Amino acid sequence: MIRFLLRRVSLIIPTFIGVTLLSFMLIHLVPGDPIEVRVGERGIEPARLEQLRHEFGYDQPLWKQFIDYEGQLAHGDLGKSVVTRESVWREFITLFPATLELAACAILFAMLVGLPLGVIAAVRRGSAFDYGLMGVSVTGASMPIFWWGLMVILVFSVFLGWTPVSGRISDAFFIEPWSGFMTLDCWFSDDRGACRSAWSHLVLPTIVLGTVPLATIARMTRSSMLEVLGEDYIRTARAKGLKRNRVVVVHALRNALIPIVTVLGLSVSALLGGAILTETIFSWPGIGHWLIESIQRRDYPVLQGGTLLVAILVILVNLGVDLTYGFLNPRIRR
Amino acid sequence: MRLFWRSFSGNRGAVVGLAIMLLLIVLAVFADLIAPHSPIEQFRTSFLTPPIWDAGGNGAFPLGTDDVGRDMLSRLIHGARLSLIIGGSVASLALVLGTTLGLTAAFAGGLVDIVIMRAMDVLLVFPSLLLAIVIVAILGPGLFNAMLAVVVVTLPGYTRLSRASALSELARDYVTATRCAGASAVRLMFLVVLPNCVAPLIVQVSLGFATAILDAAALGFLGLGAQPPTPEWGTMLAGALQYYQRAWWVLAFPGLSILLTVLAFNLLGDGLRDALDPKLRR
Repeated sequence: MIRFLLRRVSLIIPTFIGVTLLSFMLIHLVPGDPIEVRVGERGIEPARLEQLRHEFGYDQPLWKQFIDYEGQLAHGDLGKSVVTRESVWREFITLFPATLELAACAILFAMLVGLPLGVIAAVRRGSAFDYGLMGVSVTGASMPIFWWGLMVILVFSVFLGWTPVSGRISDAFFIEPWSGFMTLDCWFSDDRGACRSAWSHLVLPTIVLGTVPLATIARMTRSSMLEVLGEDYIRTARAKGLKRNRVVVVHALRNALIPIVTVLGLSVSALLGGAILTETIFSWPGIGHWLIESIQRRDYPVLQGGTLLVAILVILVNLGVDLTYGFLNPRIRR
Repeated sequence: MRLFWRSFSGNRGAVVGLAIMLLLIVLAVFADLIAPHSPIEQFRTSFLTPPIWDAGGNGAFPLGTDDVGRDMLSRLIHGARLSLIIGGSVASLALVLGTTLGLTAAFAGGLVDIVIMRAMDVLLVFPSLLLAIVIVAILGPGLFNAMLAVVVVTLPGYTRLSRASALSELARDYVTATRCAGASAVRLMFLVVLPNCVAPLIVQVSLGFATAILDAAALGFLGLGAQPPTPEWGTMLAGALQYYQRAWWVLAFPGLSILLTVLAFNLLGDGLRDALDPKLRR
């Protein structure tokens, strides 16, 4: 187990270096340098430009900039925003809980709805329900979620008036940020109204971000269940005279879950991509919203640092999934 | 081939996908003849006209008009042309580059293989939409740069797939025989091995078409892809943001078009996979 762990961890080191190299290279493809681009057509005194260049290190040769960049990263320094002058890491860590809260709710929603649907479709293979669900799920997987989000807002917020359009909580409430998770903070503040407001703001983004994972989960659960239901131990369990529900839920679903959970863990990258669009539509103050804003403000250090942090997050989650899987299934530890 | 068609036509979803695709191709080719108006002509007397079946609809504009009086139907039809061009060029460029990289990695082995595949791993770590956004943000917004960005983010799929299938072919006897007969490496790569790796690549291209259209539309929606007044579906949605609450049709139709197109290519890809995979064939 230790050897497996060491090998997997050592495998991510080249990826790590590659990711930093890519994020470094991308920023140097900007015509001119980030300072010039930001100044734009307004113009700036040459002396001030030199001073700013020196301050951000853009006057050094490229290889030296890369070495310095790696050195800074090793010290956990991701640079600072050229707009707010705040450190990129600090901005990231303040906004991250919002994204995490949304993503967690979306995955939870997708699993709570997708798993049972997939199981029922597998058990009733070939029925109208099965065909219907598969049709809906391939549609869900093809969904342009930026459009889906707007349609959902149009129907539920504008026409029906059930939910708010954007943000995390109504302006009428002020909740002291403690954990950064709005729903938790409201819970601890004992303010019923704030709680209700926070949850109602969360409903639509959760559904929109959860749509594609929901479709994937339903499809995968169905095919994974179909495979497991054909196994000998299921026939044995049936032959023992166990109730059908018990066979399906306890014997079959437990085994069918392993591949589903693995793929789910590996799809965190797609989920973060979806979060960018969802957060933009709902003005959800998270990482995705922050990155898109950084483009509009031409804040390249934020774009570079933020993208790198997202990539590192994906690497770590994938590693976690890998290790968990190796822990659960000794056969792949080799 | 007959076996393939029997299996393919038995899949209802795949046939629906194929039908939608053929319809799109007809629309795209004959857009100038079919569309009632020019996609960028502004009718100053009819801003935000609702569709024909709504109260206040106008027969001249069956699906209504947008905020500057352009005919929605004409824009959608021309958008179909654009989407097919985007999907086609992105998928074929990614296919050519990815297959070349993948075959090179499989044939060269050693350091070349490691460098290429590690580079692909690095690309895969970034959420594909985020990477595309960053690339376009740096190169500057526009349809061409957006397409380039989508090529980059879809490259790893083609590379990995062609490398994997080439590796499994390389172990076969016919490859050894050709090699003994003195075939050059390039000949071996593209004329001997590649034709035998085509099946999974066809499936990948069909699914890649869907991804390309979806990602390019997302970039257009974020203001990074095609620029107005280009009738690109994603860009049309971005333009609708300010007044969609008053005029549902400017929002509903472009999105529905994206959904249908992406769905068609996904259904087609699934159908092709089932029909081409001998393991699933009865």
